[in-house]
Amino acid sequence: MSLFDQRIKDIHELLHKREVSVTDLVAESYKRIEEVEGKVEAFLHLNEEAARKAAREMDDHLVSKGVDGALFGLPAGLKDNIVTKGLRTTCASKLLDNFIPVHDATVVQKLHAAGAVTIGKLNMDEFAMGSSNENSGYKLTRNPWNTERVPGGSSGGSAASVAAGEVLFSLGSDTGGSIREPAAFCGVVGMKPTYGRVSRFGLVAFASSLDQIGPLTRTVEDNAYVLNAISGYDKLDSTSANVEVPDYTAGLTGDIKGLKIAVPKEYLGEGVNAEVRVHIEQALTTLEGLGATWEEVSLPHSKYAVAAYYILASSEASANLARFDGIRYGVRVEEDNLIDTYKKSRSQGFGDEVKRRIMLGTFALSSGYYDAYYKKAQQVRTLIKQDFDDVLAQYDVIIGPTAPTTAFQIGEQVNDPLTMYANDILTIPVNLAGVPAISVPAGFAYGLPIGLQIIGKHFAESMVYRVAHAFEQATNFHMEAPKL
Amino acid sequence: MRITKNQVKHVANLARLEFSEKEMEVFAKQLDDIIGYAEQLNELDTTNVKPTSHVLDISNVLRADEVRQSLSNEAALKNAPDQADGQVKVPSVLE
Amino acid sequence: MSFETVIGLEVHVELKTKSKIFCGCSTAFGAPPNTHTCPVCLGHPGVLPVLNKQAVEYAMKAAMALNCRVADVTKFDRKNYFYPDNPKAYQISQFDKPVGEHGWIDIEVNGKKKRIGITRLHLEEDAGKLTHVDGQGHSLVDFNRVGTPLIEIVSEPDLRSPEEAYAYLEKLKAIMQYIEVSDCKMEEGSLRCDANISLRPVGQEEFGTKTELKNLNSFAFVQKGLAYEEERQAEVLSSGGEILQETRRWDEKGNKTLLMRVKEGSEDYRYFPDPDLVDFYLDEDWKESVRRTIPELPDARKERYVNELDLPEYDAGVLTQQKAMSDFFEACLVAGGPAKPLSNWLMGEVNRYLNANGKEIGDVPLTPGALVKMIDLIEKGTISSKIAKTVFAELMENGGDPENIVKEKGLVQISDEGEIRRMVNDVLDANEQSIADYKEGKQKAIGFLVGQVMKASRGKANPQLVNQLLVEEIQKR
Repeated sequence: MSLFDQRIKDIHELLHKREVSVTDLVAESYKRIEEVEGKVEAFLHLNEEAARKAAREMDDHLVSKGVDGALFGLPAGLKDNIVTKGLRTTCASKLLDNFIPVHDATVVQKLHAAGAVTIGKLNMDEFAMGSSNENSGYKLTRNPWNTERVPGGSSGGSAASVAAGEVLFSLGSDTGGSIREPAAFCGVVGMKPTYGRVSRFGLVAFASSLDQIGPLTRTVEDNAYVLNAISGYDKLDSTSANVEVPDYTAGLTGDIKGLKIAVPKEYLGEGVNAEVRVHIEQALTTLEGLGATWEEVSLPHSKYAVAAYYILASSEASANLARFDGIRYGVRVEEDNLIDTYKKSRSQGFGDEVKRRIMLGTFALSSGYYDAYYKKAQQVRTLIKQDFDDVLAQYDVIIGPTAPTTAFQIGEQVNDPLTMYANDILTIPVNLAGVPAISVPAGFAYGLPIGLQIIGKHFAESMVYRVAHAFEQATNFHMEAPKL
Repeated sequence: MRITKNQVKHVANLARLEFSEKEMEVFAKQLDDIIGYAEQLNELDTTNVKPTSHVLDISNVLRADEVRQSLSNEAALKNAPDQADGQVKVPSVLE
Repeated sequence: MSFETVIGLEVHVELKTKSKIFCGCSTAFGAPPNTHTCPVCLGHPGVLPVLNKQAVEYAMKAAMALNCRVADVTKFDRKNYFYPDNPKAYQISQFDKPVGEHGWIDIEVNGKKKRIGITRLHLEEDAGKLTHVDGQGHSLVDFNRVGTPLIEIVSEPDLRSPEEAYAYLEKLKAIMQYIEVSDCKMEEGSLRCDANISLRPVGQEEFGTKTELKNLNSFAFVQKGLAYEEERQAEVLSSGGEILQETRRWDEKGNKTLLMRVKEGSEDYRYFPDPDLVDFYLDEDWKESVRRTIPELPDARKERYVNELDLPEYDAGVLTQQKAMSDFFEACLVAGGPAKPLSNWLMGEVNRYLNANGKEIGDVPLTPGALVKMIDLIEKGTISSKIAKTVFAELMENGGDPENIVKEKGLVQISDEGEIRRMVNDVLDANEQSIADYKEGKQKAIGFLVGQVMKASRGKANPQLVNQLLVEEIQKR
């Protein structure tokens, strides 16, 4: 059994008793990477030298001060769109191949303050645009449960690295499902917090009004530990919420008696694969067994969410990605004049999906089309948010599948953008509404994990964790690990 | 086609992207499909619906007018593809 | 055919906050290139803006001083365009909810008053500085200025002549200086102006095609450029030609405007609300607290000088044109100085000295107290106005106390009748011919004799007394 089959609480106990050192933990992480990375390909770049050095310093610290920090000594992987001072950050884009940030993201500072050790930077779909990791400019990350399958995306490296036991936890980012979908595909726990819960400062923006950083872990409790450490108001992020952060581990009692669960009929409709549906129905039975009740409800505007999302996210992205112009940083393709330099640098640096979304967003914002597309999509967003507000006024959580299918074959959907976009049909509405949602393992179909999505009210992560934890304790799917 | 090749060219120029003729055809088709898909939004009557720019009700986030340490010239130019005299060097902006 | 000129101005004013609009970098002018930057203003991946409160308050203050309606809710939008001095490839600006709208200011040209409308005033970030290296095929970018807070003030097309444009700019600058939101130094770029100008046949309602003038580095160039453009357009139109919508720049050396580029349709900036910034509610309490910081503005001051100090309109206008001068005058009044003599000195000797030396009132050691004291010495007859010029020169160069200067340099006026009479007789003894000339009716002779006495007294004799005693003594002979 790997050290990383144990939980944060247990590992801290081992550290406390000096049965294991931080150096051991970091060594374990790199050893595991050495063993399985050839099959999984989750990492873009490693931070080995600095991590081992940090570990030695922390071991000294351990002697004098003990386990000092909520994530003390824990090996962590970071999605490569989270900037790390002095450590290459590419967003899996060739355009940023040589970019070395001069500052740390707020979450990175918080992780360091809590004692976590950065093991390396994780693969993703370029600039977080994609649902399979096939849009990485560098490599194909594979699903640890079946390496012919995608790990999901865009935080595919974040999910695969945790599932493969290369790190104890990772951070991803979720704009339309980019934490939850890969978590579901790789059989790990992935949380997208309420918009504004975690600072976006240092997260390379894809769609600023939707992006949110969150943790991927093997268990719900570990997830709550990590979210405890990275949450909170940041004066460097105007959109971060000045709302108190509770201890997310406090409510993990296993007791969900009397809770009211809403199950949107749109989330178990025809687009959802039969095996997935069966497992979600079983999950509802399990939750009923724990004393919760559930009812079918409707989120009537759900079917418009994907369209609204692609307009809004692409529009924001078209502006957010304009700074990648080869002038101040990144890879420049030098031409005689400025305009050609811009065009060559951007056209050679960006992959097709990124270009497609920049084009869509530029079009939607362009003169004469703004009202018909951008503004219309913003109005539809209001309706979708209202759907959630209405249901969550009457129920404690909303439950459904995370993704309509299990992990698909590599290459299966890559040439059809619209089919690819449909993977996010159950996760996108959550980002549009800004509410928190988690994906927890809910069983397997043909050896591939299925994710259960639990959605809560704004800033009600505690409730989401409580339900997720009770379900996890009752089912134990999280005990399974892929054979690599 | 809802979107013409000329429009695609115009948008590409605004976005400072360039495509070969063949790429242009594929992109025009894909964009057209996506925009066609987005047109289902027109099924909804949004006459009196307020557009949502921010999902949370946060306002008036301000900072005090205080000077913070800036980067050194070296750090500021560390990632620059080309530089001269402490400045970022770019192809001439004069045509 | 005769034409009517229609001019609209877009003025950018840099606000004098200590730090930039969205980050903590210093806004100080003149630092070595790229030493006032950080990941935020350099547009590095992952950074976010946080709005400087002082910048908002300065913008509100400016909007109020320009009689704008100040918004209840304001927000920021992204203006998208690629340029090397624009790091994010979008400028954070304001599109549909600017800080201020529907304002006006009054100007005066050739004694005629006119009200000029202000369409809007919005807050935005400045760009960096691009230097074109001649013949090298490349340009250099300094990002120090990126993110300096700017307000853009757009006038209605109410201006009808280059002179009106000039007066509008002078007034705008005076107001900005009075409310202390900007240094308004064109040479440092803290005030910049673009002008739109078109001509239309007199009586025609709709506007003609306009050209835009850029690179106008002084108010004089704005006026000259517009005058040139007015003439150029009239010639083109009169000869049946067509004005193209183009951007032109003022060529200082050639004294003419030159084509920069022809505009193809309107630019597509794809404005949309910046999702990184929230809405800003400017509630009544906040507005009131800003309003309270607005001092007396030039028009009000001018009126007060005329009504309460009995100064001529002209004097009041000159004195209030620059805040520093007007503040100096006010301080002199507080020190007990008489208004009209003060005004004469300030508009005369003081302004002459400042103009000749290219200085501002704040740059010289003269203090209000010293000027008042000097005028007092003149009024009491302690020094002559001639001596006063010596004292004044000393005050402008080295400062000090007029009384001490008079004492140290022995400049006290001689008003002792006996002493002067003695000097008069000495001069008369030595100038028999002049006495004769005077007696023959040559009035000029007396002037010569006065001069001789003054010379003998080294300028200190009371000139009126000299005159009087000379006449008396000549008559005795």
